[in-house]
Amino acid sequence: MDLGAIDPALLLASLMVAATPLLLAAVGELVVERAGVLNLGVEGMMITGAICGFIVAVQSGSPLLGMAAAAAGGAGLSMLFALLTQFALANQVASGLSLTLFGLGLSALMGQGYQGVKPPPFPRLDVALLSDLPLVGPVLLSHDLMVYFGLIICAVVWAMLKYTRAGLILRAVGENHDAAHALGYNVVGIRILAIMFGGACAGLGGAYISLIRVPQWTEGMTAGIGWIALALVVFASWKPGRVLLGAYLFGGVSVIQLNLQAAGVAIPVEYLAMSPYLITILVLVIMSADRSRAPGSLGRPFHAPS
Amino acid sequence: MLKLEKRPEPSTLWTYLTPLVAVLATMLAGGALFAFLGKDPVLAIRTIFWDPLFSEFAYYYRPQLLVKGAPLVLIAIGLSLGFRAGIWNIGAEGQYIIGALAGAGVGLAFYPHEAWYIFPLMVLAGALGGCAWAMIPAILKVRFGTNEILVSLMLVYVAERLLASMSLGLLKNPEGMGFPGSRNLQNYPSAHNAELIAGSGMHWGVVAAFIAVIAAHVLLNRHILGYHIRLAGQAPRAARFAGVTPARLILVCLGTAGALAGMAGLFEVSGPAGQVSIDFNVGYGFTAIIVAFLGRLHPVGILLAGALMALTYIGGEIAQSQLGLPSAAIQLFQGMLLFFLLAIDVLTNYRLVRTAREVA
Repeated sequence: MDLGAIDPALLLASLMVAATPLLLAAVGELVVERAGVLNLGVEGMMITGAICGFIVAVQSGSPLLGMAAAAAGGAGLSMLFALLTQFALANQVASGLSLTLFGLGLSALMGQGYQGVKPPPFPRLDVALLSDLPLVGPVLLSHDLMVYFGLIICAVVWAMLKYTRAGLILRAVGENHDAAHALGYNVVGIRILAIMFGGACAGLGGAYISLIRVPQWTEGMTAGIGWIALALVVFASWKPGRVLLGAYLFGGVSVIQLNLQAAGVAIPVEYLAMSPYLITILVLVIMSADRSRAPGSLGRPFHAPS
Repeated sequence: MLKLEKRPEPSTLWTYLTPLVAVLATMLAGGALFAFLGKDPVLAIRTIFWDPLFSEFAYYYRPQLLVKGAPLVLIAIGLSLGFRAGIWNIGAEGQYIIGALAGAGVGLAFYPHEAWYIFPLMVLAGALGGCAWAMIPAILKVRFGTNEILVSLMLVYVAERLLASMSLGLLKNPEGMGFPGSRNLQNYPSAHNAELIAGSGMHWGVVAAFIAVIAAHVLLNRHILGYHIRLAGQAPRAARFAGVTPARLILVCLGTAGALAGMAGLFEVSGPAGQVSIDFNVGYGFTAIIVAFLGRLHPVGILLAGALMALTYIGGEIAQSQLGLPSAAIQLFQGMLLFFLLAIDVLTNYRLVRTAREVA
């Protein structure tokens, strides 16, 4: 065992990388849930985004185009969920599950022939001189662009929910859809937009894994990160700031367990690999004491009274 | 313009029709998918749904229907109880793995001793293992109000890691020349879940599945607990006034589902699979969710849905070897089925009405 080999700057830097897919998916799901919709299909949308982004990036040679395709893929799949829950008024839990099962199958089918292919490298931030600074450079200023994009999107969602009229309407729809409907807001329309945003974010999160973090394609490679993102939203009490905190916490756990594996700690690899899931459960238990912050209409179907 | 109008009562006709229409729609959409993949759609659908039952080699495939259907039905029956009461156990895959590990562990502990009581003990251990694993989300939900969906699912990933660890470590075959995986239980008569009638596919898991169907039917229709389960799902507030304890219901539903899933795992590991190995689980726990919904959460419906889903597994394998259809296509096909089912199900509770444009 050689814990001295773990470089703290590198650890912090890789923590941010590990946290980014979680952050993207969780911020998207946060918006969906604030609109009163529980979409359990995050895992399915992530993996679909992962393969869509991968295919387009490999074919076009442009990773940015790949990211755009991932967002489109995730959003496209989420529209199936919107169709089921907003028009066919299907049970949201069952619909979300079917989205995940469907997405896993779809991605496996699309990904045939892409295993072992290397995607084009992703552009990194490179600020003249500053990126070469010790500690600050590797930790803050030389990541791939998506790390910053994730932070920006989290900040934008926070500001939108807190300060804008659109955010207020979104929250109204989520807290009490009957009241929002009575005020003349288009509940279904707003929810569909929220679902689409959630799908796009999940798709980006998935593509981050397949294009940047790993980077290659394997079936089922999201390995439960979509589900952890769902737990993260509960952990964050539906607040964007806390999503950021939570994502970095989980990112930290997964990076530390990987580093411990590499350092050859006397705990078997399989047990270390369990830790992110066990910690998710632990966090859920701690947070479940306070259910009061959940949006009032979360998971309830809305059928406009006529 | 078309509009949805809530029916005063759920339509009986559509309750029965929905699964059939969903299967037909899936065949059509699946056919389009196969055509897109460059396969003959009619041939592909026929290979999946017809050949396992009626082709020249059907005598070989028919027993497989029981082998693949039994775990699906066994797990789905357990899940359906919870789903009816609004308790979402989606971690059956994990309970299945733990049941297999616990049961196989007991069997292997007796090796090479031969006795009649070993197999029943293994079944018991499998049921208890699955039940214990399901009790984790149940107790957390009862005690802390933790979301059972996320906890039960997280435990699937934990169980998979545990399975890997066990097949590489504790349960590894000491005479396996270093290969991962346990001793093969098929070579250990006291622990082998052998076919009851040779060549029929009928093993103890199939018997258990049939018993579970009957028991669930009796429970839901003739027993106060079944009534409580149905009541809690349809009218939670009324259920509380009727004296239903939600906590008890959660423990019972999750515990039963876990025990049945654990038993399914044990029957699989001691019979068709034969040994504990890293890739022992093949997703029955997740497919069983589709089976439960396709069967309308009704025991007899689940039996039929389980048979149909087993058919797509076998047909999928045939299509894979004969037509070169990728295995993922079958997975997608099964996912599609649940999609169509949920979409068409709207017609059970709502009807489409044509509305004339009102004059303002």
